[in-house]
Amino acid sequence: MKLRFSASDEAFRIEVANWLRDNLCGEFESIRFRGGPGDEHSFVEERKAWERKLGEAGWTCIGWPQDWGGRAASIEQQVVFNEEYARAGGPGRIGHIGETLMGPTLIAYGSEAQKAKYLPSIRSGDAIWCQGYSEPSAGSDLANVKTKAVFDEQAQVWHISGQKVWTSLAHESQYCFVVARTDPQAKGHKGLGFFMLDMDQPGVTIRPIEQLTGTSEFNEVFFDSAVCSADDIVGKPGEGWQVAMALLGFERGVSTLGQQMLFQNEFNDIVQLAKRNGADRDPMLRQRIAEAHIGLRIMRYNTLRVLSGSDQGELQAEGMIYKLYWSSWHRNLGKLAMDVMGADSEILEAEPYALNRLQSMFLFTRADTIYGGTNQIQRNLIAERALGMPREPRGNN
Amino acid sequence: MEFKFTDEQIMIRDTAEAFVSEVSTSAAVRNAMLMPAGYDADLWRQISADMYWQALPIPEALGGLGLGYVELAATLEQTGRFLLCSPLMATAALAVPAIRLAASDTQQALYLGRILEGQVATLGYSGIQTHGSDINVQANVTDQGVCLNGISRHVLNGQSADFIIVAAKETFTSGEQGLSLWFVDSDTQGLAIKALPTMDQTRRLAELQLDNVVLSPQQRLGGVAQCQAELLSTILDLAAIAVSAEQVGGAQQSLDISIAYIKERVQFGRTIASYQAIKHKCADMMLKAESARSGLYYAACIADEFLAGACDTETLAEAASISKAYSSEAFFFNAGCGIQLHGGVGITSEYDIQLYFKRAKALESFLGNASEHRERLAKQLLDSGVML
Repeated sequence: MKLRFSASDEAFRIEVANWLRDNLCGEFESIRFRGGPGDEHSFVEERKAWERKLGEAGWTCIGWPQDWGGRAASIEQQVVFNEEYARAGGPGRIGHIGETLMGPTLIAYGSEAQKAKYLPSIRSGDAIWCQGYSEPSAGSDLANVKTKAVFDEQAQVWHISGQKVWTSLAHESQYCFVVARTDPQAKGHKGLGFFMLDMDQPGVTIRPIEQLTGTSEFNEVFFDSAVCSADDIVGKPGEGWQVAMALLGFERGVSTLGQQMLFQNEFNDIVQLAKRNGADRDPMLRQRIAEAHIGLRIMRYNTLRVLSGSDQGELQAEGMIYKLYWSSWHRNLGKLAMDVMGADSEILEAEPYALNRLQSMFLFTRADTIYGGTNQIQRNLIAERALGMPREPRGNN
Repeated sequence: MEFKFTDEQIMIRDTAEAFVSEVSTSAAVRNAMLMPAGYDADLWRQISADMYWQALPIPEALGGLGLGYVELAATLEQTGRFLLCSPLMATAALAVPAIRLAASDTQQALYLGRILEGQVATLGYSGIQTHGSDINVQANVTDQGVCLNGISRHVLNGQSADFIIVAAKETFTSGEQGLSLWFVDSDTQGLAIKALPTMDQTRRLAELQLDNVVLSPQQRLGGVAQCQAELLSTILDLAAIAVSAEQVGGAQQSLDISIAYIKERVQFGRTIASYQAIKHKCADMMLKAESARSGLYYAACIADEFLAGACDTETLAEAASISKAYSSEAFFFNAGCGIQLHGGVGITSEYDIQLYFKRAKALESFLGNASEHRERLAKQLLDSGVML
């Protein structure tokens, strides 16, 4: 059992850190530490330019195969990249849905024509993707999708109608992947299709959702006979659920250590603040600061265990606690930040509703335990899949 | 980066699991609880002679197995899982690191040799109060040696130890100053060892009463007069990591035996394992057990780095506090939830979950509870004056 990265991974770390130091500056100085969760609405144009800059230098999609422009980077290298990226204050990656979800799904399940059509623009940082899964009546119960896809034999196109919700960056995205029902008679995870839809068409309407932070990074997306070519379905009609679930499987993994580096940045801010304002003399806050520190360190080693794999089949089980663990930890950090700020936590930066970074984090972390599977859903999954407890009974619809 | 057991480490873990699950059954634990020493001496002979676990952290040059804290943690995770009653923790996790870190070469050969032969050793470091590092043994040092007087409390397996390493404070010193460590044989004149009745009967503690115990200078660990307060703190950090290992095993088993019970228990026409209120508690318990395990393996790796000279005492202290704080609360949480999940039978003596609950409480208060360790981390984070 080893705690450290190899010498070659450490050399790669230096290469990444040096490139970021030399390039994440000048016109990009303003977006350092910006655009992360809760702040995804900020600096969109600058972050698009940054995405292309990363693409030119070969720093997008580093885990992809070389055939598709990646570096075929090892898990360790991807971890190192994400750590250094976050440490340097790299802005929230506006291309991350394409890079980490759509791209790997196409590489695994797409046709050669689909790969050739979509992968290069993700790799170069030009195409931004968004995710069309959740619907008003399909939240935790994701399979309860009502959006319909009807095939027009004559025109050889699909017509998509329905509503998606919680779609991040929809108004900035060129493409959306959409789960829609291809068989109107089917229920649940049967009779679904997985479509790649061009967002720039008359059948697509986007409405931002104002959040408790006063900002909007989520949207409602309405499809009214939006057109999708017959060539742009991944898998066959009826296989949409399998593709959709496979896509989510790519979500967990190497990016989590980068996420933890962002958490570390936030935690460091709280420690500095406590030292400045005297909160560091409050015994209860000292306990909670130490507890947050312990929680973050253990998060790292939970992740390293999962990424290192396990010979005893525990891999699956260990990985399953991750979402519940980090979201609960981060939500607690938000409250800790406010308690360290004290009475000043109530005072905003400016009218009308300019939150500082910690205030914004405090409010937005309430979403952490909801999106991507609520804590309650996570606990069901852990109990049923990792601990082998009986499955929840399902209703009739 | 390979943050997982090697094949050899898996073998060590599996061997320990197979052995302990067979010898430390519920009946065996309950039998050991009734014995004067709190363990079966025949079983200890088997552990120390056949399994040779006390040799795990002893260097090969001195006749040990020369393995590290990852291997020790893998083993103690299993002993903790099955509530093994034995002086292994006291000997291998308290006395051995004290000897390795503080004793001279000659002393190491002598005293580690005695441990390899199967003798029981332990450490007396605790004062009358449970909190803080007060030491109530006074050392009056003269040219002929030392005279120890006072009380050392909470000495793990003190009543059956062949020798004890006793921490003492020199007379007329204050604070951290003047701390010294001494080898004291249990049959030394002036030493009375009083067994203390304990809430957790699987793990025995004793009080040492020292009344003019006269020792030679050769019995001073290291042989030369120097303050060993920092050294003791490091020894206790290594010990705390070993205790975390038993806590992780206990936290896991508290979950496992509870799930086994609730899958059988039927109410309202279905097993209670099918109710969300029950499932969610189990999910939280799994999160605690797995996270405690990650913290433990991290701390065990740091302990090995420390012993190899690759990291400093601050790093070790941080890792020990992270692991001990988290695993203390994880084990207690899981054992407490375990009783609740068992329902009424959880509070009977017949079911084993109560034994885990008592062990959880005992290990939590041993070598610093979670809040003491958090405060230690808070000092590192907040009082260092160094801006992150």
